[in-house]
Amino acid sequence: MTIEVRIPTILRPYTKDQKAVSAEGATLSAVITNLDSNYAGLGERLLENGALRRFINVYINDEDVRFLGGLEAPIKDGDSITILPAVAGG
Amino acid sequence: MTLEISQKIVDAILEQSRAEYPDECCGVVLGPVGSDKALRLKPMINSAHSPTFYEFDPKDLLALYREVDDNDEEIVVIYHSHTETEAYPSRTDIAYAGEPGAHYVLVSTRKEIAPATEFRSYRIIDGVVTEEPVVITA
Repeated sequence: MTIEVRIPTILRPYTKDQKAVSAEGATLSAVITNLDSNYAGLGERLLENGALRRFINVYINDEDVRFLGGLEAPIKDGDSITILPAVAGG
Repeated sequence: MTLEISQKIVDAILEQSRAEYPDECCGVVLGPVGSDKALRLKPMINSAHSPTFYEFDPKDLLALYREVDDNDEEIVVIYHSHTETEAYPSRTDIAYAGEPGAHYVLVSTRKEIAPATEFRSYRIIDGVVTEEPVVITA
């Protein structure tokens, strides 16, 4: 099962400038582990202490994963994952 | 780098800042991909509704990126207002700055300088803030 993951500009140094990469996994957590094994360092930019970083938004298709079970969110064949840095500040 | 931006867009951002006082306001200015031209103003909702914090709603953020992609545009400017402090990036602004290609614009409509305002632009890359000139065009 291969899914497409869209990578934001700020993380493209980890993916050799590719805007989208392929990954595998039945849950978001597994997908991130798979991504990190192919693009070393990417996992750490997404996770902190085993949880999704507060200011990284991850979507499965059009839905924020926070509403889909977070890291345990199930991934189906043909799903598309989009990673976007939050636009936020003080 | 210099940010070139029209007086009309500058005025609209300052007006939005006054209208949303005391909360911070926020938004983007879009332009054709690769152009670095700040042409299309798109105000965003500050989902934090706070005088000291702003955040684009995650759903709005995804919709924005889809729209930008569909239109062959890019985010040229990301702006927000400081309503009580100067128009300089705060520590949180620097920590969360996630668009290395964008001009980060800060405006200040704080009372003690009224009716004057501040409109300043920065690059924020890997935690390093570099102020850049702003050229306001007719």
